[in-house]
Amino acid sequence: MTPESSIYVAILLPLAGAVGIALAGRISANIREAVTLVTSLALIAVVWGLLPELMAGGRPGITLGEVLPGLSIAFTVEPLGMLFAALASGLWLINSVYSIGYMRGNQEKNQTRFYTCFALALAATMGVAFAGNLFTLFLFYELLTLSTYPLVSHKGDKATVRSARVYLGVLLTTSIGLFLPAIIWTYVAAGTGDFRLGGILAGRLNDPEIGLLLALFVFGIGKAAVMPVHRWLPAAMVAPTPVSALLHAVAVVKAGVFAITKIIVYIFGIDFLFLSDSAGWLLYLAAFTIIAASLVALRQTNIKRLLAYSTIAQLSYVVMAAAILKPLAEVGAAVHIVAHAFGKITLFFAAGAIYVASKKTEVHQLRGIGRRMPWTMAAFTVGALSMIGVPPTGGFVSKWYILAGAFEANNLVAIFTIIISTVLNAAYFLPILYMAWFERESADAPAHGEAPLLAVLALSITALLTLAFFLFHGPVIELESQVVMGVNL
Amino acid sequence: MDLLAHLPALQVLIPMLSAPLIVLLQPRGLAWAGATAVALVSLAVAVALSAAVMGGEVMDYEMGGWPAPFGIALSVDALSSLLLLVVTGAGAAALLAAKPSVDQQIELERQPLFYSAWLLALSGLLGIVVSADAFNIFVFMEISSLASYILIAGGPDRRALPSVFKYLIMGTIGATFYLIGVGLIYMMTGTLNLADMELRLGDVLELNPVLVAAGFITIGLALKAAVFPLHVWVPNAYTHAPHMVTVFLAACATKVALYVLIRFDYMVFQRALDEHEIQFALFAMPLALLGILIASAVAMFEGHLKRLLASSSVAQIGYILLSASLLSAEGLAAGTMHIFNHALAKGGLFLAVACLAYQYRDLRLDQLGGAAARMPWTCGALVVCGFSLIGIPGTAGFISKWLLITAALESGPWGWALVAVVLVSSLMAVVYVWRIVEALYFGETPAGEQATSEAPLQLLLVAWLIAILNLYFGVFPQVPLTLANDAAALLVEGAL
Repeated sequence: MTPESSIYVAILLPLAGAVGIALAGRISANIREAVTLVTSLALIAVVWGLLPELMAGGRPGITLGEVLPGLSIAFTVEPLGMLFAALASGLWLINSVYSIGYMRGNQEKNQTRFYTCFALALAATMGVAFAGNLFTLFLFYELLTLSTYPLVSHKGDKATVRSARVYLGVLLTTSIGLFLPAIIWTYVAAGTGDFRLGGILAGRLNDPEIGLLLALFVFGIGKAAVMPVHRWLPAAMVAPTPVSALLHAVAVVKAGVFAITKIIVYIFGIDFLFLSDSAGWLLYLAAFTIIAASLVALRQTNIKRLLAYSTIAQLSYVVMAAAILKPLAEVGAAVHIVAHAFGKITLFFAAGAIYVASKKTEVHQLRGIGRRMPWTMAAFTVGALSMIGVPPTGGFVSKWYILAGAFEANNLVAIFTIIISTVLNAAYFLPILYMAWFERESADAPAHGEAPLLAVLALSITALLTLAFFLFHGPVIELESQVVMGVNL
Repeated sequence: MDLLAHLPALQVLIPMLSAPLIVLLQPRGLAWAGATAVALVSLAVAVALSAAVMGGEVMDYEMGGWPAPFGIALSVDALSSLLLLVVTGAGAAALLAAKPSVDQQIELERQPLFYSAWLLALSGLLGIVVSADAFNIFVFMEISSLASYILIAGGPDRRALPSVFKYLIMGTIGATFYLIGVGLIYMMTGTLNLADMELRLGDVLELNPVLVAAGFITIGLALKAAVFPLHVWVPNAYTHAPHMVTVFLAACATKVALYVLIRFDYMVFQRALDEHEIQFALFAMPLALLGILIASAVAMFEGHLKRLLASSSVAQIGYILLSASLLSAEGLAAGTMHIFNHALAKGGLFLAVACLAYQYRDLRLDQLGGAAARMPWTCGALVVCGFSLIGIPGTAGFISKWLLITAALESGPWGWALVAVVLVSSLMAVVYVWRIVEALYFGETPAGEQATSEAPLQLLLVAWLIAILNLYFGVFPQVPLTLANDAAALLVEGAL
């Protein structure tokens, strides 16, 4: 398969899978699950098959056609997008295994709709990852919002629908109200919306227009959950946990920070933005989000909401690193996309496993649960340590690179933010670990065992990945360095 | 005999002459079949005409061979052909789907009269579009209006009668104002032919009567076009009409009036009166902005599905008027595209509503709870057309929205304020479309009657055809876009 046709297939395959899942759902649940698993395996093969070309410096691309003059649907594979697509496709498989265990263990309704929308969301994610210009990115970004709405509102009861309304409301308001005008402004100013190394705005915009356009992009890409457009994330916790795992590790939030990073690198250009006077605020905003979100997380009693606020903070690590505008920090931003994904998906898998096994949702209910669910809590421990950034987890690697970039730029704000937030992360994760492992549960607590096998299998795999990333992160560094070294495109 | 040359006349004559023949088709189902066949033939004629004028050609036709300006002249150019496609397309689609819905709402004995009135309305609207003569436009305007009144009042809903009465009064005032304006121009120039008017106005010394004429014509057409604040007849008329009539009228009736307004203003007044384009913009833009914001806001709180969509239509007319008031080729192209795209979106939405109405008597949102569980295909088509209304990328509505925003940005320093209005109203559209979605998919099933099954296949197929067209023209808008650009070029060239 040529690289160009791989791009087509990467988007069409999950779409075809969605149709297959919907049809298979009428026949049998096992066949339906099989379709999901086969589709995700095939997607991994297609997407990861693009890696050799990328590592060698190739940048395959295709243009589907012009919709309006100057506005075309085009795809280009470059290191950032490759990273995102590889991450999403790989984790979809594991998430699907987990979903089977969770959905069956919880005896959830409407499972066919669930798996179908999952596949649709993955198709949209592939489109976002491989977008070659702003219009294509926007198209698939919106499709991602719409395809994840049925997943967030899955339960269908009043409270869920209300929260899903917040989810959709914030994401659509930011994308139509801020992201779209930013895109149109870029097209009008630069004449094009193509992603090009070094940016397309040099000589077209001056301060303070640059800062304003950047603000429209950053707040318009609501999926990155930079404050104050972060409210949709805690609201989305009403979704079943496999959906939260998808939202927080695989597709939606990563699409947000990926889009911001891509726009900083390929629309503005790292050097262009560094020289501009009106773009410095982004770093402070990201730093504020990190600290504020970590403080809010400290006060959360619901496990998933705590993880939601932790995610908001971790996402702003990526934004802050990208905003440092130094090579090492840009690499750190990309690496953190991966490291956080592994760690957070593990944490959510564990939270969901706990719910399936014991119906527990609050932090204080986790007293002594380590004894009953050792595998789950071991994975949770690994994920938590990765969030804090303790070796030998993947979180340590990305934090290292971000800190190195901060030192390179002599940015004291960034350095202190990382230190303080690490302390805060420890402050809300370590007590949970202590409670789970070293305290005894109350005498009248109902007995329960481990989570379903498939769920435990999935979370063990992601925990191992978190540990493995500490050792085997080299190829990721190598690939992302190509971006900052200016290779090709 | 060259058929192509006679198409402009045939476009009007085929439905007009078929109308009385339909009355004779008494056996059940035959009246519908006859009307649908005529509508499809008219659509074919419109497609042929569009193909002929693509590329900036203009087809002129003289009725009876009498040369203009003595005879009645017809003219088809890119702008007319786009409107012809919209009107015949809406008519054909609505009629194709009509049978189950009309059978439910209108007694069999009255159906031949009903379909006959439909064809009269169709021929009236088409006549307006192809006419190149101001009085001819008036004649066809009256034909289409009177036929529309019959259509709207034809259903079982008794509240349609006061609604039609209101529409009749306002519509007649509008037509009368238009006629007064035309009369004034005739006094000053001695001609009723539009092209001739344009020439002769250059020789007129006393321009005040012409300005007054412009005022009368603009107000009259604004009434017919449901421009805010003259739109008050729309919600009730659309709500209480038979459902298929709403599909047809919502897709094209007001747009034809807007077409006449734009053509008159750009081709006659702006070329004759100094600074008239500024006056037009100063009149049209604030009303358009108010209409967009207020009508969208009303729709956000509306409880009845049809009335909600009717308010939305008033807002969308505001978009078209706003585009026209930008006075640029880009603006006009955006507005013309939106005529096409909105017809697709609103037509599709009302088709889905007709499907829902087949099973649900009461179309208030709180009575439609949980409809999606029993009518998934209907609600799916509604959602797709709703996305097009909002302007989600990948749908036709996004194309015209992009064009409008780009045109607004390039129109001057106030462009940003206009863009803000468009975006805010898009968000309001998200709110009211999502209210419908939430009611259909998550609403509590009300006690009382519930849908037992999906809508009939005939209704569903046409609804989904329109929904798919919304998606198709969102990715391949080249054909309507070419026509829109040609139309804009025709209108703006030669203007100051």
